[in-house]
Amino acid sequence: MFKYIVKRLLGVFLTFFGITVLVYLISEMAPGSPLEMLMADPMATEETMEALREQMGLNDPAIVQYFHWLAALLQRNLGISYRNGLPVLQQVLEKLGPTLILTLSSTLLSVLIAVPLGIMSAYKPYSAWDYISSGIAFVGASTPTFFTGLIAIYIFAVKLQVLPMGGMYDPGIHTASSALQHLILPCLVLTIFNIGSILRQTRGSMMEVFNEDYIRTARAKGIIEPRVVIVHGLRNSLIPVVTVLSTMIPFMFGGAVVAEQVFSWPGLGSLMVQSINSRDYPMIMGITVVIAIAVLIGNVLTDIVYGILDPKIRESR
Amino acid sequence: MSETTAVKKDSYYRDVLKKFTAHKLAMLGLAVIALEVILVVILPKIMQLDPYTSDIQAFGAAPGAGHLLGTDDTGRDIFARLVYGGRVSLLVGLLSAIISLCIGVPLGLLAGYYKGIWETLVMRAADIFMSFPSMILILVLVSVIGPSVWTVTLVIGVLGWTDFAKLIYGNVLSIREKEYVESAKAVGTKDLPLLVKYVIPNAFAPILINFTFRTAQAIIQESALSFLGMGVQPPQASWGNILYAAQSITVLSSKPWLWVPPGILLVLTVSSINFIGDGIRDALDSKVKIKK
Repeated sequence: MFKYIVKRLLGVFLTFFGITVLVYLISEMAPGSPLEMLMADPMATEETMEALREQMGLNDPAIVQYFHWLAALLQRNLGISYRNGLPVLQQVLEKLGPTLILTLSSTLLSVLIAVPLGIMSAYKPYSAWDYISSGIAFVGASTPTFFTGLIAIYIFAVKLQVLPMGGMYDPGIHTASSALQHLILPCLVLTIFNIGSILRQTRGSMMEVFNEDYIRTARAKGIIEPRVVIVHGLRNSLIPVVTVLSTMIPFMFGGAVVAEQVFSWPGLGSLMVQSINSRDYPMIMGITVVIAIAVLIGNVLTDIVYGILDPKIRESR
Repeated sequence: MSETTAVKKDSYYRDVLKKFTAHKLAMLGLAVIALEVILVVILPKIMQLDPYTSDIQAFGAAPGAGHLLGTDDTGRDIFARLVYGGRVSLLVGLLSAIISLCIGVPLGLLAGYYKGIWETLVMRAADIFMSFPSMILILVLVSVIGPSVWTVTLVIGVLGWTDFAKLIYGNVLSIREKEYVESAKAVGTKDLPLLVKYVIPNAFAPILINFTFRTAQAIIQESALSFLGMGVQPPQASWGNILYAAQSITVLSSKPWLWVPPGILLVLTVSSINFIGDGIRDALDSKVKIKK
């Protein structure tokens, strides 16, 4: 088990570096530099700018700059934002919380809704229940999150006026209950989009499992039905479901970007959009790094869950 | 029951076709998409639609005379923008899926057939691209290059290669062990004809299915980008950027004709494409029996 985890971690580091190189290359392609503000100033001479450039290391080849950035990163220094001159790390960490709250709560909700629905659909396939829940999940997955969000705001915030329109707290009231109220709609919207894949996968693998001989044996032994379904059935069908979950983690963060825009949720997603609009590359890189780490941690966790669920994986790796 | 071997190939495709046409939702989806394509192509000519000029007498007007679905805040006719936007959204979806296919399939082939360094490179690259929220990568790339229809198409296309690559990689891995491939190699068949004749026909089904789902996903991605203002730029229309206006509360609460139609069209289109994909998948799956 230990060797398995170590091997996975190595792969994770490689992937992480790959991502940083990718995003670094992309942001290198971008026009604009921290000296743009200075260039507009008529008092700035060419020499001053050149000296500054040298000092900021902007004249070094890209590879060198990348390693400087990487070295700083390892010392927990993500640089200074171009937009407001404040340290990147601090700003990113401020917004990380809200995004994690949103992402985790919608993941949890998606699983809590989709897995039981999937089990029930697999139990009674092709029934009315099956078609209805699959249908709803299908439409949910076919609707862009921002549209679901707009409809949700329209119905609940504008017409019915039971839920707030956006933001994370009521102005001035930074309580948990206020945040919870604001969380409901964005979380729901993200969940609706994600239920589809989880439900489909759960239903599929449960149906396969139900056809297995050991289920028939369990029933023949007289084990009560709920136990058959959960202990014998569910545990064996969970592996593909966990796979789907782990591939969905990046999508969760991506979906959060749009949802945060629609609901003005103060998270990394809206910070990212803001940074892109203001060409704040240190910030963009910083957010990327943090999200990459979050996604990779999620992947490692699901891999550990794999190892727990399936002894074969532990041995073969 | 008297089918000879010569007829066998024929009836496989007929079987597939029969299964597809029996799938009611898929047929419905196909009908919807076909209708959409026809409409976005011919309506502008027939109805003399103009999505770009502002009607200075009607800013943000409700549906009524002269404007079937009202006007947006700059006075442009919504119905016209919907139709023209349909062209853009459908085209971007389709083209970017094609780009993803053209990048992903060859890479997957290389990785699966030649293995070795190709396998490591391609699969590791796929891992990297898949580990990161594509939306964010797309946003960053588009903002760096500058938003436009073509940028969006290219970026969504390029970043969507991983599904195809992994799919065909798995496929090739299983095919290359088969005896007919071994014997073909033994008689001296070169790599390229071998790939073309044995590997690709086998991978065709999953590629087609993935292509439809990829198109649907691309449409959603483009609309989200345009909604954020980083996709298709006005005055050019796309369903997503018509919805951009809905970010304002006044529009959202009092002008539903502005944002509900493009949203509904998006849901309809994406659902239809997904149904078609489902239908193709069921039709090509030999385990599914034909339902009478």
